[in-house]
Order: sequence, then C-alpha cells, then structure tokens
Amino acid sequence: MASSTLVSGSAEIAMATEFEIDSQTDEMLETSMELRVADVEGLSEKPKTFGQLARERFFGHKLAIVGVIGLILLVALFWLGPMLSEWEFDERNVADRLLGPSSEHWFGTDEIGRDLFVRTARGGLYSMRIGLIAAVVATVTGTAFGAFAGFFGGVWDGIVSNLVNLVLTVPAIIVLSVFANKFGASAVGLALVLAGLLWTRIARVVRGVVLSIKEQEYIMAARAAGASNSRIMFRHLLPNIVGAIAVEVTLLLGTVIVLESTLSFLGLGVKPPNASLGTLVADAKGDIDSDPIRVLTPGIFIILIVLCVNFLGDGLRDALDPRAKGSDSSEAKNAKKAAKKARKQSGKQGPGYIAEARTDRTSIGKI
Amino acid sequence: MSDALLTVDHLNVGFATRAGIVRAATDITFEIHPGEVLAVVGESGSGKSVTALALMRLHPDNAIVTGDVLFEGCDLLNMSDREMRATRGNDIAMIFQDPMTAMNPVFAVGDQIVETIRVHDSSISKQEAWTKSVDLLKLVGVPEPKRRASQYPHEYSGGMRQRAMIAMAIANDPKLLIADEPTTALDVTVQAQVMEVLHEVQAETGSAMMLITHDLGLVAGSADRVQVMYASRLMETGTIDQIFYESQNPYTMALLDSIPDLDGHREQLEPIPGNPPSLLNPPSGCAFRPRCAFAADVCAAEVPPTVVVGDQHESRCVRTRELETLGGEIS
Repeated sequence: MASSTLVSGSAEIAMATEFEIDSQTDEMLETSMELRVADVEGLSEKPKTFGQLARERFFGHKLAIVGVIGLILLVALFWLGPMLSEWEFDERNVADRLLGPSSEHWFGTDEIGRDLFVRTARGGLYSMRIGLIAAVVATVTGTAFGAFAGFFGGVWDGIVSNLVNLVLTVPAIIVLSVFANKFGASAVGLALVLAGLLWTRIARVVRGVVLSIKEQEYIMAARAAGASNSRIMFRHLLPNIVGAIAVEVTLLLGTVIVLESTLSFLGLGVKPPNASLGTLVADAKGDIDSDPIRVLTPGIFIILIVLCVNFLGDGLRDALDPRAKGSDSSEAKNAKKAAKKARKQSGKQGPGYIAEARTDRTSIGKI
Repeated sequence: MSDALLTVDHLNVGFATRAGIVRAATDITFEIHPGEVLAVVGESGSGKSVTALALMRLHPDNAIVTGDVLFEGCDLLNMSDREMRATRGNDIAMIFQDPMTAMNPVFAVGDQIVETIRVHDSSISKQEAWTKSVDLLKLVGVPEPKRRASQYPHEYSGGMRQRAMIAMAIANDPKLLIADEPTTALDVTVQAQVMEVLHEVQAETGSAMMLITHDLGLVAGSADRVQVMYASRLMETGTIDQIFYESQNPYTMALLDSIPDLDGHREQLEPIPGNPPSLLNPPSGCAFRPRCAFAADVCAAEVPPTVVVGDQHESRCVRTRELETLGGEIS
C-alpha cells in the first residue's frame, strides 16, 4: 500500500512541473496535487546538488557502466589473479619455456619459462598505475596552468601559452627516450616523464574553456554579488569545466597507457624482470608467426583497458554537462510507469489519463 | 543636497583602443537619494551601462576611470578590492539584462542565493540562508518557492529567472539596486510583471534604484527622476514630469517625439535624423548638434555646460533659454 502511494506520488510530481502552464485550467487539481506532493516529498526540501544529478545521469549511461564494470573486472583480474596462480612473475623455469596455454600456465610461458598469466597481470596493473599517476599529475598541472592563463589573461596568458607551445614543439619521442631511459625504471618516474609532456594538452583545453566561460554574464554577476577571484575560480569556473576536463583526462589516460606500452616496447620504459603490457608484446614479437597468442594477449588487454577508460570518459562528459536535463532520472521513469498503470486501472479517463499525457509532454520537452 | 546615498562627481570612463581613446562616459555628475528611483535613459552606446559598471568597478580592464564616486561618504573608486567586494552585492546590488546568462548553470537557484548571502555573512548557517532564499523567491512571486529553489536555472522561464535574479540582488538588503535594462530581454507581457516585482521589492526594502533602460514607457511608470544620456554625456536631468512635459533639451524632445503615443493625436512618428556620433571622434561642441533641429553656430564652439532650468531640473544645451520661442517657430 505504502509503495503504491509513492508511485502515484511521483506521477503527481511530474504533473506539478507542468502545472504552471496549465494553471488556469486546473486550479482545483493543483491544490490537491500540492498537498500530495508535500506528502511524498523528500524532493522539495533540499536541492539535488550538481553532484547528485551528475551521479544519476552517469548511472543512467549504459556504456559508462560497461566501462566501469570492465575496469573493475580488469583490476580484479590483475590483482587477484596472481594470488591464485602458483607462479611468481620472475620465476624462471627454462625447461618449460615457450609453452602454450594450459591448466598449469594459463597464458603459457615466455622464452625463459616465466608464467605469462602472472606477468600479464603484473604488467596490466603496472600500465594502469602509470596511466593513472601520469593522468592525474598531467591533469592537475594542466588545469592549474590553463585556468591561470585563461582567467588572468594578458601577460600571464602569454607566458603560459608560449610555455605550452614550447613543450608541444619538443619532439616527444626523443625526449621520452632520453628521460624514460633515465627515470623509467620506477613507475612514478616514468609516469612523471609522460605527464611532463602531456599536461599541455589539458592546459590548452582548460585555457580555452576558461576563456569562454569567464566572459559569461554569470561570472560578472558573481563579481557583482561580491565574490572574490578565488571564489569565482573555484566555485563558478571549475564546476563548469569539470566536464571538459573529465573527457580530456580519460583520453589522456588511454594515451598514456599506449605511450607507456610503446616506450616499453622500444625498451625504454619498464626494465626487466619487471613487466608491462608493452614489454610483453615486445618480448613476443619475434615469435608472432609461430605463436601469435603471446603477442595478442597483452595487446588485447591494452585495447580493453583503453576502451573501458574511453567509455568511462564518455559517460562522465554526459553526466557533467551542466545543461543536460535529468530526463532519464528514475523519477521521470517512475512517473511514466505510474501514469500508465493508473490509466489501465481507471480506463481512458480520470487523472491518470491526464497525468500520462502530461508526462509525455514533459519528456518530449526534455528530449 | 548632502543626504545623498550615492554621489557621482565628474565621472569619466574611457577605453584605450588602438584607434585612440573612446570616451564612453564623460563628465557624469549626479546623485541618488535613499529610496529614490532614478532612471537613466539613452540609446544604445550612450554610456548608461558603462557608467553603472564603473560605479561597481566592474568595468573591463582596459577602461580608464576618473572622477569621484561617493557611496555613503566612502570613495568607491579608491577603496581596496576587499572593501569593494564587501560593498558589492551587499550595499549595492546589480540586476543584469539577460537572465538567461546571468545565472550559473551548475547551481540550483536557491544555492546561488544562499551563496550571495553567505559571501557577505558567513555566520549565517546554510540552513538559515536556504530558508531565507525560499522566502526571497516567494517575495518576488516565484510560485512554489520551496520546490523551485532546488531547481536549476535552465528549468526556469525567462521571467521567472529575472525574478530569481531580483531575489538574489535583494538578498542582502542593499541600499542601492542597479538594474541594467532588467526587462529588455523579456517578453512584453512579462516585462510589466517584472517591473511590478521590482517596484514591490524596492518599496519593501526601501532601497534606492538606478534603473537603466532605453524604454521611455518603462521610465514613465516607474521612476522618480530621469536622466537622459546621449553620446556619453548627461543631456538632461529632472523629475518625471519635468522631462516628459517640460523638457528643455532638444535631444529629449526629439526622443519623446520618436516614441509612439497611445493618445493617438500624433499621426506620424518623428525619428531623429542621422546616427549617434562616433565616440572616438565626437563632433566639436555639442554632440547632438549634427542631428539637432535647433542647432546654431554657437553649438559648435564648445561643449555646452549644464544649465539649471528649474528645481532639480538641469539641461545641457546652450540655447536652453531660447528654446521656448524657437520651438514655437519650428513646429
């Protein structure tokens, strides 16, 4: 009983959104609606924060969920998998070299008899860790520089923009090969080298977005209301650019993982006996004709990680768009369902019928 | 009068451009008294908004501002940034022209009002401020304020948004409201409602208001005094009746002749011939001279001084004294 009141209540809410337009025609309905809305409520007291709305939209995004679940599964596999295996990542067993997948060595063994499943798991985790660190560092640096340049403009913009251009003109592969060779032995070192080159991408995007947003009237209005520079920057600008940043970050994460694999493939990144997905491909490249599986497994994992991350980015972009409507929120869906149910029960007439007509209109408006 | 809330004395605003200095506001002198509504009227580009922004020190970086602006005896142009911030939104609040863009899309309307309150007084709890913002929305006539407060700007219609803007502006009981063309972006039907709200609110809070507009009809119904601007200067200042019925300035007269009249005794509207002058290279003497029906050689000699023509009534025209007889000749 209680639950059915709730459902019909949410139908009323959907009606209430519309009632202003129709206020002349159904003042009677209105009062009763208001009463019932007040009963069900939970909704009117406190606003849904931007974060809540974003979360709602994110979880309504199917691809994003696929991405998240995929990433969780991958991490779980990389993390827990080796615990289930009896092998260590650097345990050699030359007698068992170059074996195919079997119940003992799930992904087979390499040319000095190390278990490839454990090495792949370790390598995958390593790649993800580097990607995450590099993406976070590059994002923080890039956002700080970009927002600073865009917000203060003038000389500061000139300095930062030129710095960014300078970094962009640097031939990446040469710098990477020098520095990755020097610092690449540790995950953090390699990540920082990559971040040092990639922050410029974020900086350029953020600068552009900030430049356009700071001319918006609401920034002026915030200033007119007495907000300080820092408040405007953190309270008004940042929430408006997180969407753009989030997308860029996930793209960056993919880039970092691919770059790291490339470097490791070239022998410049991760050093043996450590493994990354890139070194695993590199190790197996000689045998691609006789044993393609050994190249394919780490390759497929690289693709899977990057794909999941990009799905995630897609969902984040849609969720963090401030102007996106919460149309596919559970509320609206429930309202629709409830309206349909009500119509079935009461034939083609009565409030249920009206409610459905209205929810339809609402949803059309929102689409 | 010394009891003025705001005294603006010889305010100049110029913009340094490659082509030279554009004088957007020149020699602006006026006062606003507590509780009064002063309308500033003029064509686009006559310097109305620039003047208002300069008062709030919100003008663009390349603007050069000189003169004195005293608000309750404090020099607004020379106070520290921190003091200025404390004044903005608290003692002087501003309502912007386009309610569609003047609200931050990522915050609920109620939250934006809460922020305006708490920027100036962080001792007020969020809960209290929220309750207050709901009350404010109710005051400005937003239906179902409780629910509407938690909605986002894109869920509001234009008129409702402007109401919310007004609610935000009066959140801290400002002594002076600057409304920069508050109804220009709205439908005609909604304009009247929003003006009514502004009036009620202004009466309720007892704040003074500087109403910037190019709509003379709006002015007639709502202002105590009117200030007419043309090409960066004040042309005429006076009470509503003085401006509408006893205007002593050729520009004001021409402006009044160019608006339709509901009485219908005028058959043809008289547009003002020509275009407003360039502010980069204004004509010598009176800026309105090239378009003025009363222009004479004296008008080109120098920028005419303001002449006191009555109680609270000033006009910037060298031929003010002769106008009455001249007017008879021309029409």
